[in-house]
Amino acid sequence: MKTWDWSAVADFMPRFLDGLLVTLQVLVLGSLLSFTLGLIWAIGFRAPTRFIRWPVHAVTEFIRNTPLLVQLFFFFFVLPEFGVQFSALTTGTIAIGVHYSTYTAQVYRAGIEAVPPGQWEAATALSLPTGRTWTAVILPQAIRRIVPALGNYVISMLKDTPLLAGISVLEMLQQSRLESAATFQYTEPLTVVGVAFILIAYPASLLMRALERRLVR
Amino acid sequence: MTAGLWTHWVLPGIWITLQLTLYSAALATAVAFTVGMARTHRSRVVRFLAGFYTEVFRGTSALVLMFWLFFVLPSLFGWALVPMWAAVLALGLSYGAYGAEVVRGALNSVAPAQREAGIALNFTRWQQMRLIQLPQAVPEMIPPFSNLLIELLKGTALVSLLGVADVSFAAYLVRLATQESAQIYSVTLVIYFVIAFVLARGMRSVERRTKAGIGITATPGGAR
Repeated sequence: MKTWDWSAVADFMPRFLDGLLVTLQVLVLGSLLSFTLGLIWAIGFRAPTRFIRWPVHAVTEFIRNTPLLVQLFFFFFVLPEFGVQFSALTTGTIAIGVHYSTYTAQVYRAGIEAVPPGQWEAATALSLPTGRTWTAVILPQAIRRIVPALGNYVISMLKDTPLLAGISVLEMLQQSRLESAATFQYTEPLTVVGVAFILIAYPASLLMRALERRLVR
Repeated sequence: MTAGLWTHWVLPGIWITLQLTLYSAALATAVAFTVGMARTHRSRVVRFLAGFYTEVFRGTSALVLMFWLFFVLPSLFGWALVPMWAAVLALGLSYGAYGAEVVRGALNSVAPAQREAGIALNFTRWQQMRLIQLPQAVPEMIPPFSNLLIELLKGTALVSLLGVADVSFAAYLVRLATQESAQIYSVTLVIYFVIAFVLARGMRSVERRTKAGIGITATPGGAR
């Protein structure tokens, strides 16, 4: 039996803030990657030829139905065998971004399908080129509807960043493990990290709910 | 990869992964129904407690929770969990919180007139829940539960970080032994994909069966 020690919390703060910074960095870059790649997948779903559609479906289904942790190890251990060397942080960011791009792809797809067919027909009637149809007609209407759903995946992604500790990225969880290894204090650092996730994720999910009310329909 | 590594680590690893999925799914289902039904309870205190539970366990990361149960619980309370059960507890409690939202949504989507009919027939609240609301709500829950089950399966990979010898841990050992990452990690990903595929198919048939039970024909490609 052991009691809570606030001084251990104070001792952990410098490491914690470093970890928080890395977590947020992974989150921002991973989100940007997943938003971009997800859009590419979603446009691939609607490609005119099945030689693009089928591979895109197969690849995204495979990535979405296999664990992020194993994918992290795959990127971390296998890519160097082919001579591609990245730091753990870069590898982790890429892996998490690619993994979540398969989720955002489904969100984009739903958003694009929700645009009324009349909009496509109008674009055809105005003989807009394909690029203009996407950028000026379809996407502006689709993206507005899907902002809350994308935001919810960003929150999920936040909660998956501790997996990067598995490949020794110095995010919050790994920092708490280092702190525990140095001071033999297990209780405080881990609890601080757990609470930090709730403190970030809960207001963020409230924000998404508010956005949903405002932007959707 | 030699046959020895395969029979000593990978096959038992698959079995551990399946066991973890099964036990955590059972716990998560129990939690989901308990908390989800509590969120529709008439007492405000019960609703608040259930809502608090879902927000806390959905808010934190399953991996952090798993580490917390494994490393902090022993020093705070003086008793320790076997890694396997710490993992089952962490996965069951956090995915149960996600499931509770599904249960609540499905219960809310049952037409209010159905419950009123129960009142008119002088059913107790529990009878209304058991005989009227749940049979209509459960088929609605199956597609989102199917997605959660896949997420749960993917979540079981986290236990390898606690040293539980599941299939991800086996992959790690095989990599150390053979120094060939590409092969074993590709095989591992395929193993997970096959399990996920079978689970999704199974849930599809459960959906058809429960819908047929209340006289609805399932829409093809309902899950996801």
